[in-house]
Parts: sequence; C-alpha cells; structure tokens
Amino acid sequence: MTTPANFEALSVESATVVTQPSTWQRVRRNGSVRLGGIALLILLLVAIFAPWLGTVDPSLFDPASRDLTPGKTGEITTLEGETLQHRFIMGSDSFGRDIYSRVIYGTRVSLIVGVATAVVALAFGILFGLMAGFLRWLDGPLMRVMDGLMAIPAILIAIALVAMWKGSLLTVVIAIAIPEIPRVTRLVRSLVLSIREEPYVEAAISLGTPTPLIMWRHILPNTVAPLIVQATFICASGILVEAILSFLGVGLPPDIPTWGNVMAEGRAQFNQYPHNIFFPGIFLAVTVLAVNILGDGLRDTLDPKMAKRV
Amino acid sequence: MLNFLFRRLLSTIPVLLVVAVLVFLMLRLTPGDPAAVLAGDAASTEQIAQIRATLGLDRSVPEQFAIWFGHMLTGDLGQSYYYKMPVTTLIAQRLEPTLSLALITIVIAVVVAVPLGVMAAWRFGGLLDRTLMGFSVLGFSIPVFVLAYLLIWLFSLKLGWLPVQGYKRLSEGLGPWLYQLLLPAVTLSVIYIALIARVTRASVLDTLGEDYIRTARAKGLPEAKVLMRHALANAAVPIITVIGIGIALLIGGVVVTESVYAIPGLGRLTVDAVLARDFPTIQGVILFFSVVYVMINLLVDLSYVFFDPRIRY
Repeated sequence: MTTPANFEALSVESATVVTQPSTWQRVRRNGSVRLGGIALLILLLVAIFAPWLGTVDPSLFDPASRDLTPGKTGEITTLEGETLQHRFIMGSDSFGRDIYSRVIYGTRVSLIVGVATAVVALAFGILFGLMAGFLRWLDGPLMRVMDGLMAIPAILIAIALVAMWKGSLLTVVIAIAIPEIPRVTRLVRSLVLSIREEPYVEAAISLGTPTPLIMWRHILPNTVAPLIVQATFICASGILVEAILSFLGVGLPPDIPTWGNVMAEGRAQFNQYPHNIFFPGIFLAVTVLAVNILGDGLRDTLDPKMAKRV
Repeated sequence: MLNFLFRRLLSTIPVLLVVAVLVFLMLRLTPGDPAAVLAGDAASTEQIAQIRATLGLDRSVPEQFAIWFGHMLTGDLGQSYYYKMPVTTLIAQRLEPTLSLALITIVIAVVVAVPLGVMAAWRFGGLLDRTLMGFSVLGFSIPVFVLAYLLIWLFSLKLGWLPVQGYKRLSEGLGPWLYQLLLPAVTLSVIYIALIARVTRASVLDTLGEDYIRTARAKGLPEAKVLMRHALANAAVPIITVIGIGIALLIGGVVVTESVYAIPGLGRLTVDAVLARDFPTIQGVILFFSVVYVMINLLVDLSYVFFDPRIRY
C-alpha cells in the first residue's frame, strides 16, 4: 500500500522484460490441462443441467418399458400418474427405468464423491502431515499407524468400512478417503521436513513466531502445488472406487442413480443387453480419464520434480 | 547380510502389529452387535447374551484384542458366522483360484510391460513411446470391471473364443485351468502393465544417459545387448519395486475380477462375506491380504541384492 509510485512503475516495467511465463500461464498453456479441464467442464455442466437434458426422473419406472434396446420409444409414468411417450436413448433396465436419465444423473454423484473424497483425504492428510513434521514426539507413532494403514489394500479398507456403516454418501466418501490419508500425510510431512530447513523458516522460528502461525504462513503455501496434483489423483481414484463399491453391491443404496449401481443392475442380463453396462462404463472411464489427464498436466507444470520421477 | 535380514524382518513386526490393531478396531467400531447378528432375528435376549459370552464380547476391548491376537498367532482366525467353519480353513480353500489368477496376471504383465517399456525408452519421444504413454493413462483410468465386460463381450460372446465365467482347478489339467483364467488374467493385467511399463520406461531412460552405455556402444556392442545387459539390468531395482507395490493394486483388482468372472477365490469370498456381514471372515481375509502384501515387499527388498550386486546389506 505504501509503495512509492516510482517503485511500482519500475516493477511493472521489469515484469514486461522477464519473458519467463508464470506458473499459472504454464498451467493454462499445457495441452493435458486443457484437454482434461474442458472434458471435466462439460461433465460438470451435464451434472448441473441434468434435469434439462431430455431426462426424466431417474427413479421412474414402467413395467411396460422393461429391457428396451437403445433408441426404442416406450412409455414412462411420472409420479403424478401421467403417462409420457419417452425415447430411451440408452435403453432401459429390467425395471423399465431410463438408463440415459440414470447415467446423466449419475454424473452428479460421481463428481460429488470424487471432489469430496479429495477434500476429506487432503484435510486429514494435511493435519496429520503438519503434526508429524512439526511435533517430534508424535512423528514416530503417527507414521507407524500410517505405515500400517498403507499395508492394507485400499479397496479392502473401503469395502470393510462401508460394510459396517451401511452405505450413504457420507460414509462412502469417508471410507474411500481413509486409505488415501497416509499418502497425503507422507507427502505433507516430507514437504514440511524439507521446508523447515529453509532460512526463512529458521528466521521465523528464531523470531519466536508461534508454530501454528509458521505452519499456516510459511509451510502451507509451499505445499499447495504438490497437493493440488495429489488431489486430482485422489479424485480420480475416489470416483473409481465408488463405482466399484456400488457395482459390488456394497456401496450407495441401489435406488441412488450411480454409474456403479446402473452397472450392477445390468450384470444379470449382460448377455442380452450389454448396453446397461457399456453406457455407464463409458461415462465412468471418460470421467476418470479426464481427471487423470488433468492431473498429469498439472503435475508436469506445477511439480516438475515429481514429473521426473514417473 | 544375515544381520540385515534379521533387522528387516524385525521392522515388519510393528507394521503388522498396527495392521492387526486397525483390522480389529475396524470391526469393533461397528454400530451393530455381532452377537445379535449371529443369533438372528428370532433370538431372545438370553440367547444373545449367551452368544456374547461364548464369543467373549462381554469382556473389555483390550482383553478382547489380547484374546483375538493370541488366537491369531496360533493360526486361529475365528469361526465364520456365515460359512460355519474356521476362517483359516475357508481361506485355505479359496487360495488356489486367487493365487493362480495373480500368478498368471503377473507373468502376462511382466512379459508385456518390460519389453514395451524398454522399447519406449530406447525410441524416446517416438511413436511407440507416445502410444505407450497414452495407453498407460488409459490403462489407469478404465475401470477393471468395465474392461472385463468389454473383453467378455468381444472374446466370449461375439467371437466365442474363451469361456464367459467360471474356474477349473489345476488338478483338472493345466490346459483347462489356463483356458479358464486367460481372460480374467488379461483383464487384470492391463492396469499392471500400465504401471510397470511406465516405470520401466522411466528407469531405463535414466540408465541410458549413463557413461557406461556410451562406452558399451563405442566398443561396438549390438544395440540389443546394450539395452538388455547394460540398460535394463541397471534399471531392474525400480522395476522390481513397482511390481511389489503393485501387488496392492492387484489385490484390489482380484476382488472385482473374481466377482465378474465368478471365480471362487479370496476376492469373491471378501465380497460375499461383506454382503453377509460375516465379520470374522472379513477380518481374516483383510489380515491375510495385508500380511501377504507386507511379506512380498519384504522379499522385494531382499531381492535387490540379487538384481543389483552393488547393493550389500
């Protein structure tokens, strides 16, 4: 605020001289980021505008329209008892529900689960990582617990937890997030351990800055880039694991339209009606692919050290 | 070496201990009462209380853990609620299909992924390299059950080359066993191929920049020999490591694949046990898988000596 006017002019001038693009510019110019980002944007719009995309209520069913192949027209009865002529673009399932509507509405569930899983895993991972990196006495015990958690295959933890809690959106998200927490914790801890050796942190410590303030002001901002990258990969795996849980019949209740649930219903009749599995499967694969491509692009631009490793 | 072996073995004990505590707590934090589940809906309060007493559920949690842990060390994982037999026996019965599937998958994955990775690194930036990198992102993204149905549809329903579902024991002959498992193993190997090929490529790419590669080429060694004897051999440790870490991925995939292909293995058992809320079985299977995972990674660590003589413990 109190910067002299001439200093400001100088800084603007020197900024034009520097041709090095900023991180944000590099991110925006990255092809993978663009491709993945645009695909996800489209999926997000699909999720938001699901009711206006020619869908019907995904829970509606009509015994007269059971097992229609894609493209067939049939009847569907609304909750008010009104019978509509409806074109089943992706066919119908064995209850006579519209697969297209269920798949489109399923986009909402998948995106919510993906983002929520990443947020929960990141929140706990950051908390534990900061604690392990800063509190010496806690480091050993906490990391041993994380080692143990990492030794149990992720899907098994999720399956077991959901089995006990009964499937709801919240329990599924937490069950999927828990096995991801150790990875975030390790990442944050290693970042903390390297950043706390930096002169500016030593300076802050010697000035008597309280530890929480150091964590907040000096450590956390430096973990943002790698954590964004990590978050996209957790998001992808969250979407995938939710679909697996629902598909196996242990995830969200079958009446919630999720891609996994649609596929689970289509299993028994796969030989005659493969569309029940293929349409949600394509949406699922494309979504996970988009998130992964976005993550790859972000990693290449935001976290070059990590990009070199794989 | 012996000293290292001993220390490395010791270091797995705390991990396994934590795993045991976590698995135990996971099922103790259940909202429902296992005794009530076991007794069924028609049971009286006295019957439930009696079952609780026989299971030791009326004791304190640390006491229960001590008892459970003690039994576990003697190989007793408890009695399955649903199958009415010892969990250890149940696991032993279901072991063969899962082990077979995992073995064939690993063989396919390594045989396909390592040469692909080496070739991609050799022609870095070329068509094969870019195709492989694209494929590997796809391999990570396509859900194993979607891929499974795609392959069933193509190879079983349309072409009729391979059976849709089921399992034949090894005792019924090597041919039928392999024939039944080929499609599930190919399905499961895709994500594993993506992982191993990527790491092989990166690792070989690193070694190809070394001075000894230039020396080997300068002395006129055929390119194949340079790649195999010098580049790949020196890149082996990260590849072996990722194969070990990938076992976790494989175990997750086994659960799904066995379910789709109706293979009566441990993965199928896990899902069935979860659907039946058969807690001792869930506990046992998770514990078993985790111990296997930890042990395989122990072996991986020890195998470094074999793959890289520079490493001495």
